[in-house]
Amino acid sequence: MAEIIVITSGKGGVGKTTTSAAIGSGLAIRGHKTVIIDFDVGLRNLDLIMGCERRVVYDFVNVLNQEANLNQALIKDKRNSNLYILPASQTRDKDALTQEGVQAVLNELSESFEYIICDSPAGIEKGAQMALYYADQAIVVTNPEVSSVRDSDRILGILQSKSLRAETGAEPVKEHLLLTRYNPSRVEQGEMLSVEDVVEILAIPLVGVIPESEAVLKASNQGEPVIFDESADAGQAYSDTVARLLGEEVDFRFLEAGKKGFLKRLLGAK
Amino acid sequence: MADTSFQLKGSVVTTFILELYQYSREDFTQQLKDKISQAPDFFLQSPVVISLEKFENNELDIVQLLDVCREFKLQPMAFKAVNAKFEAAIKLTGLPLLSDTATRSVSKESVAPAPQQVIAEVEQASEYRRSKVITRPVRSGQQVYAEGGDLIILSQVSEGAEVLADGNIHIYGSLRGRALAGIKGDTSARVFCQKLEAELISVAGHFILSDSLDKTLQRQAVQVYLDEQTLHVVAV
Repeated sequence: MAEIIVITSGKGGVGKTTTSAAIGSGLAIRGHKTVIIDFDVGLRNLDLIMGCERRVVYDFVNVLNQEANLNQALIKDKRNSNLYILPASQTRDKDALTQEGVQAVLNELSESFEYIICDSPAGIEKGAQMALYYADQAIVVTNPEVSSVRDSDRILGILQSKSLRAETGAEPVKEHLLLTRYNPSRVEQGEMLSVEDVVEILAIPLVGVIPESEAVLKASNQGEPVIFDESADAGQAYSDTVARLLGEEVDFRFLEAGKKGFLKRLLGAK
Repeated sequence: MADTSFQLKGSVVTTFILELYQYSREDFTQQLKDKISQAPDFFLQSPVVISLEKFENNELDIVQLLDVCREFKLQPMAFKAVNAKFEAAIKLTGLPLLSDTATRSVSKESVAPAPQQVIAEVEQASEYRRSKVITRPVRSGQQVYAEGGDLIILSQVSEGAEVLADGNIHIYGSLRGRALAGIKGDTSARVFCQKLEAELISVAGHFILSDSLDKTLQRQAVQVYLDEQTLHVVAV
């Protein structure tokens, strides 16, 4: 049985797809056979972030409607043979998703994969609810600002009430907090919520803190998940996150300003 | 012998009393609307007893008054302290007239026969108020209601969440959302919380907003109770 992990946030633009790509790739790099499903039907992005947009023939909705089989729709990553992508449809909308259809696809994927990463659309409506419904674990992606934190709180409430595990009274969905776009120097200046603030408000375990980084935008535009960039702080932070997700104990890095930037500042870089 | 079909029980039911001072359709409608808009969920389908004890005018269109109340989803269930002049009109509506003594059925002056009073007291003593216990955080957008008893939360109440109880509310964590105790009118209900950061706290319809909370009590353990129609927020 595969472990189903939903990457969700409520709010848009906080880094769900970047995180899905990075975590999925990270699990594959560590030898786990992983598939990332784009649930954002109508606003397909994952293929771009993964750099496979030219290879999309069939998509998730085609599979749901039995117009194609899974093997036709799955795209194998060129960098890592453990990694597959199931792209969303760009021409349809969220109504194309049905509970039975999603369940059938997840069941079939469960037979051959260890991890299924569900990249949730923003919002709390049907698309987001479908993405989280069958989840065993949830990574709640949050930016250190008040509106993102409140939306994350809202999605945690939905995980607790509208997931399959909640409805059947099974063990609750395991929740992880992932803080992205974290800028320690702005935290010190009081412009941004600190890790401690966010953890206190949301009251769920922290799985990672990804620093705000130019490497993320560059990685997105090049279609290369940032975790493959081993020199980038964001890439290293995602690697740490994957290790924690797999149960390893790793110290948190990039939480303080200045430490890493010392040499850079000496050289006059920003 | 046939099984018993029913049993008569003495019981005390909490309702709103609508104490009417004067009546004109426009003013009454407007004021009722304002009152209800403060807390629409409290009043939805609430039973209400209309008291004319302090009504000073001689003119009153009973049917219209009931229509306005029902329009706002209140459920008028009886009249009390009615002047003889209105009795006939009220009888036509089918709603009962409560005598003054009937509404004070638990008081010592009650003229109810002794055995019945004993039953009522026994019933009250044995009436068990169930508490609702919540162990996980109440998240933004969630609403938890403890009907007929206390609400105990062993975690936090997030901003944008709402917790309600007919009785008291105990929160062993941060209260960042809204807490409404005694929503069916129990003025003795209280709200207790470990860390006060609330958006709104209410007891029996009297509420206080975060802006009006004493800044020195922010993030402190407090209790909130009603005394002389005023909410008091004090450290515990």
